[in-house]
Amino acid sequence: MNPMLAIIKRELQGYFSTPIAYVFIVIFLILSGVFAFYLGGLYERNQADLTPFFNFHPWLYLFLVPAVSMRMWSEERRSGNIELLMTLPVRQRDLVLGKFFSAWIFIGIALFFTFPIWMSINYLGEPDNGLIIASYVGSLLLAGAFLAIGSCISASSKNQVIAFILTAVICFLFLLAGMPMVLDVFSAWLPQVFVDSIASTSFLTHYSSINKGVLDLGDLVYFTMIISVWLYATSIVLDIKKAD
Amino acid sequence: MIECKNLSKVFNQFTAVDNLSFVANKGEVLGFLGPNGAGKSTTMKMITGFLQPSSGSIKVCGIDLFDNPIGLKNKIGYLPEGAPSYDEMRVCDFIKFIAQMRGIPKELIQTKTDEIIDRINLEQVYYQRIETLSKGFKRRVGLAQAIIHDPEVLILDEPTDGLDPNQKHDVRQLIISMAKDKTIIISTHILEEVHEVCDRAIIIADGKIVADNSPSELENMSKYHNAVTFEAEIEFPLLSEIRNMSCVRDVEFDARRKKTTVFPAQGVYIFDEISAFLKQHKISVTRLTMEPGRLDEVFRNITMENTDKRQKEAVR
Repeated sequence: MNPMLAIIKRELQGYFSTPIAYVFIVIFLILSGVFAFYLGGLYERNQADLTPFFNFHPWLYLFLVPAVSMRMWSEERRSGNIELLMTLPVRQRDLVLGKFFSAWIFIGIALFFTFPIWMSINYLGEPDNGLIIASYVGSLLLAGAFLAIGSCISASSKNQVIAFILTAVICFLFLLAGMPMVLDVFSAWLPQVFVDSIASTSFLTHYSSINKGVLDLGDLVYFTMIISVWLYATSIVLDIKKAD
Repeated sequence: MIECKNLSKVFNQFTAVDNLSFVANKGEVLGFLGPNGAGKSTTMKMITGFLQPSSGSIKVCGIDLFDNPIGLKNKIGYLPEGAPSYDEMRVCDFIKFIAQMRGIPKELIQTKTDEIIDRINLEQVYYQRIETLSKGFKRRVGLAQAIIHDPEVLILDEPTDGLDPNQKHDVRQLIISMAKDKTIIISTHILEEVHEVCDRAIIIADGKIVADNSPSELENMSKYHNAVTFEAEIEFPLLSEIRNMSCVRDVEFDARRKKTTVFPAQGVYIFDEISAFLKQHKISVTRLTMEPGRLDEVFRNITMENTDKRQKEAVR
C-alpha cells in the first residue's frame, strides 16, 4: 500500500475510534442547520436556494476546523510518535499530505451529511443545483485552506490549546483580510497597491465569488496555492521543531 | 554494519554530540552507556535519520544517510525511547499499519504480523487497544514494530527501562536471539545488562566517547579487578598483616557487613595467598570470592572524570 494511503486510512480510523469524530459531525450538523434556518431565514425567505446555509460556513469553520487540525502534529510531537513516523522509510511530504488529506476527507464526510437540506430545498422548490454544487466545492476548499493553516500551526506547538487558538486567529485574519477592520491597519502606512493585494488574499472574497456560482479558475488556483504554501510551511516547521 | 565518522550535533550553543566515530559490525551487540543527557539518544536519533547531524557522516550497510535517507531507513528497525505508539489503536492494527508504511507487500502483511505476534508473545493482547496495555506489553509492541521488516540493523533506545525483572529478562533474551545476523545497538544505564547482552560497550560522556571496550575489558579497568573479598570476623592486627604482604596493595574493611576487600599489587593473583593466610590463622570465612571488576565503579570513574574536567574548564 502506498504510504500516504496508509496514513490517510490510519488517521481516519483514529478520528472515528475516538468520540472526536461524532461530536464534531453532530455539532457541525446542528449548528449549520440552526444558522441557516434561524439566523439566515432560509425558510422565511421564500427562495429556493441555499445561500443562507453556505453564508455561515466560514464562521462555523472558524472554530470547528481548528478543533480538527490542532492535534494533527502537536499530538504526535507530544507523544513522541513523530520519531516513529519520521524514521519510517517514507518521504516527509507523504506524511504531511496524508495527514492533511485525511482531515480534509473527514470534513468532507461531515459536509456530506448536510445532504438532507439539499433534498429539502429540492422538494420545496426548484433551486439552481449547479450553484449548490459550486457552493459545496467552495465550502470544501475553504475548509481545506483552514486545515492547511491549522496543520502548520499544529506542527509548531506541542500544546493543542495553543494550536487551536492561534489557528483560529490566523484563519480569522485571512477570512477578513478584505474588510475595513483589517485593511484600515495597513492603509494608513502602506501604498494602495499593497493594500489591494492584501484585500485580494481574503478568503471571504474568494469564497463568496464561488458562492455566487462563478467557479472560476482564479479562485481554484487561489485556494490550491494557499493550501500548498501552508503545507510546505508545515514541512519546514517540522524540520525545525521536531528535535524539541 | 554501521559506520559513524566525526559525528556532531549542536543545538543552538549546546554540543550534544561531539565528534563521535565508531563502527559496529554485523553480529555485534553494541551497548551505549552513559549518564542521562550524555548524547546517547541524540546519536541514535541521527543514525535512524530522525535528526540531521550538524557535521560528520553516517553509513548503514554501505548506504550514506545524505545520499539515500529512505534506503537507510529501510535497513533499520528503531525502538525510540519510551516506545511510543498510537494509544487508540489495537495491537494488530498498529503492527499492520507499520508493515504498510514499511512497504511490505499486501499479501505478506497478515503472515508477517502473525509471525511477529507469535515471536514477541503478543497473542493475548492481539485485539486490545494499546492504551489498555501494561508497560511491559507496550514495550513489546514497540519491539514488534521495530523488527516487522526483519531489518539488518536494530537500534533500541533503553529497551528495558521501567520493566520488571522478568520482563527485562525476556527482552534481553529476545535481543540475544536476534544478535547473530544483525547489527544491534542498545542504549542503557543498567550495567548488568551490558554484561548479559553486549559484546562491546561504548561509554559516552558529554557527547564524547570516553571508552570503547568489551564489558570484561572494562571490568579490567576497575580497581576491584582481581581483588579478593571475604566475609569474616577478623581482628585488626591480622588485617594490617595482610596489608603488609608484598603482593597486596591495599585493604578495605567494611565493619558493618564484616566484609574485607584486598586489592592486589599490579597484575598479581592473590586468591591463593589470601585463602592460605586465612586458613593458617584458622579464621572461619562465610564467603570468599575473587572479583572480576565492578562496572559501575569504572562507569562512575570515567564519566565523573569527564564532568570534573568540564567543570574546571568552565571555571577557568
